[in-house]
Amino acid sequence: MMNLSRWKVIAVVLSAIFGVLFTLPNLLPADVRDSLPGFMPKQTLNLGLDLQGGSHLLLEVDTAALKRERLTNLVEDTRTTLREAQIPFAELREVNGEVSVLINDPAQANTAVNKLRASVAGVAPGAPGGREISISNDGGGRIRLSLSQDAMTAEAGRAVDQSIEILRRRIDELGTKEPTIVRQGVDRIVVQAPGESDPQRLRDVIGQTAKLTFQMVDESVSLEEAAAGRVPPGSELLPSEDGYTSMVLVKKRALVTGEMLTDAQQSFDQQSGQPVVSFRFNSQGARRFGEATAVNIGKRFAIVLDGKVISAPVIQSAITGGSGQISGSFTPQSANDLAILLRAGALPAPLKVEQQSTVGAELGADAVKAGVISLAIGGVAIIIFIILAYGLFGVFAAIALVVNVLLILGIMSFTQATLTFPGIAGLILTLAVAVDANVLIYERIRDEAHAGRSPISALEHGYSRALVSILDANITSAISALIMFQFGSGPIRGFAWTLLIGVVTSVFTAVVITQVLIGLWFRVKRPKALPIV
Amino acid sequence: MWPLIRILPREFHFNFVRLAPYAAILSALLIAGSGVSFFTKGLNLGIDFIGGSMIEVQTKGPADIAKLRATMMQVGGEDAQVQQMGAANGAVLRFRTAEGVSPVDGAERIKTELSKEFPGITFKKVEVVGPKVSGELMQGGFMALGVAVFLMLLYIWFRFQLQFGLGAVVGVFHDVLLTLGMLSLTHLEFSMTSIAALLTVIGYSMNEKVITFDRLRENLRKYKTAPLADVINRSENERLSRTLITGSTAILALSGAVFFGGPVLLPLVITMVFGIVVGTYSSIYVALPIILLWGVKRGDEPAEPLKPQAAR
Repeated sequence: MMNLSRWKVIAVVLSAIFGVLFTLPNLLPADVRDSLPGFMPKQTLNLGLDLQGGSHLLLEVDTAALKRERLTNLVEDTRTTLREAQIPFAELREVNGEVSVLINDPAQANTAVNKLRASVAGVAPGAPGGREISISNDGGGRIRLSLSQDAMTAEAGRAVDQSIEILRRRIDELGTKEPTIVRQGVDRIVVQAPGESDPQRLRDVIGQTAKLTFQMVDESVSLEEAAAGRVPPGSELLPSEDGYTSMVLVKKRALVTGEMLTDAQQSFDQQSGQPVVSFRFNSQGARRFGEATAVNIGKRFAIVLDGKVISAPVIQSAITGGSGQISGSFTPQSANDLAILLRAGALPAPLKVEQQSTVGAELGADAVKAGVISLAIGGVAIIIFIILAYGLFGVFAAIALVVNVLLILGIMSFTQATLTFPGIAGLILTLAVAVDANVLIYERIRDEAHAGRSPISALEHGYSRALVSILDANITSAISALIMFQFGSGPIRGFAWTLLIGVVTSVFTAVVITQVLIGLWFRVKRPKALPIV
Repeated sequence: MWPLIRILPREFHFNFVRLAPYAAILSALLIAGSGVSFFTKGLNLGIDFIGGSMIEVQTKGPADIAKLRATMMQVGGEDAQVQQMGAANGAVLRFRTAEGVSPVDGAERIKTELSKEFPGITFKKVEVVGPKVSGELMQGGFMALGVAVFLMLLYIWFRFQLQFGLGAVVGVFHDVLLTLGMLSLTHLEFSMTSIAALLTVIGYSMNEKVITFDRLRENLRKYKTAPLADVINRSENERLSRTLITGSTAILALSGAVFFGGPVLLPLVITMVFGIVVGTYSSIYVALPIILLWGVKRGDEPAEPLKPQAAR
């Protein structure tokens, strides 16, 4: 055990070099770091949001809303199909997550089912292994259409992927530094944005579905009548933010939708100087909008965003150029944000914020300071104590401890693992447990020497006997760290990772480094007695 | 007399086992006390586990806690708690949002109102946890504790004998119960970080037990005919200097964090320090007595120390 094999010495030297090299960038100021030659590592510790400030959001895709929307569409599709087939029907509505319709003449029910199968079930081709929509007929003219669970799950999955893509486009345009947007579980998305100075804006950009439609204003009844409950079929009363009325009655059918936009930019109105969002339609949108405005001159249309009317201008002339502008009560920034949302596209389903955590950069800096002071005091206290207790051997243990810290920080910088505030406490405890390995070895050496062994034999047995306990003890620690990593989230994962790296480096430094140092010392001094006995 | 280790006597002759009955009474009383505190006072659950919002603010002048409280009452944070924190101009607000309102929107509204009432106020930290997530976090946290203890039991069973594993697990449960009792009594916040601290306590405590058992197993092989109680006493006396040095190192290491870690680290560090003390104690006075009461199989273990030995 005490013979200094070459690989051990090499491993010790290499690890010390690695530790210094990869920890170094953290200690240098940024400009020095940038001017380092290319082969030098430049990565610094990846500080958690609690240390550098930033926002963490856990979002859930509202799959229930997705299903509701699918059902509403299914009702409309069924209506259209049956009308086109000229099959009279009644009681078309959603019941318990299904669409139910009564065919007036039960003899026509089979024809109706076939028609529906051809059109409705074909609207979205079924996922492999089954139809998306199953259609049943009870013989009495009642037809039920239901969405299969598999199809909904697949659709929710697609919606999450699509949402991630759209969120990334939106957040990138805000100029946020290195955002991470990842899926968590089935229907959740984690957004992390370090250093975002304005979490409110981030949330605004994420929180809006940004579903834009252009709909005609229904002026067949007055607003008062509509508010009293006489809303004509095919129309709906929507809240308005245009600054004139609190509600606007609009026709349900959308003339043009946000998907038909090709570009949106913030600009200023040439006459009023107010901030507006100017946009451009694709060819389909331009044609539809041109036709609709040509026949409706003098009437009003509403620009509806996420179920709210933002403005309802009067059509002065046919708009055929394929571009236009949205005016409303905008500030330049809110107009710009809306333009970003429109460019990135609408989310397939609303996102609910389930968890939010925002840490100011200043608080993060305080935490770093507190962490560094705690770590320094803890480290120095251990070193003083161990040197007082074990003298020269304590110095060896202290050297191993310093290399241990360098290795942990180096590996964390190298792997870009996140160091969190609780992780610093984990690091401190790791150091204490690392020293425990040395204490175990040294106490064992003392026992063996007291039992009458020669120094070299005591060293030999001390290391080999203590190693068993050290490994057992550290494997149990590693188990708890792995569990934390598996079940924990955010800061806890960082904590667990710090512990896990620490377990590995501690065993190496406390056992191998001290062994090499003591071995070298022994070779040079050939002592008759050990200093700790 | 430097190094100081030489001051320690070469051999200790302390009768650990004789004190075991008293320790058992002490442990029982402490556990009962923890239980009473746990069920009467309960844990001060953080928003991680019960959902809700927390805002850390800094006001321009010294924080007017009464006015903050009054404002919170007005703007509808349900069961709002306002506490001074850190410097004189710092405060932390905890509240829940009325049902039916998105908690995130609720927190935003309160921020807006506070900005109106207290010009120059800054929000250093805002945390909002929805009820759905908090339930899952709680479940995940306790699941982690359970799985960790179970896996360690398996490992110790594999490395030693079953009664060692059970002794260790009972010891760890003892530590967890006392730590929960301490958290309940001191009313320190119990958050996801506390689960991490508990897991660390479990890790440290297991560590202690493994080291205790290791020496015991070795001595059981060495002194095949000596009574178990004597072997236990002998092992603990041999180990005593290490126990003292490691325990003090660990507590010394955390001392910096106790005084300078600030309010975030404090609950974590206090839990760890408490766990170190309790874990060391329970290795000697919970895990070993259980083995003593149960007895161990002796003489059928081969004398090769390095091979893992499964229980038979």
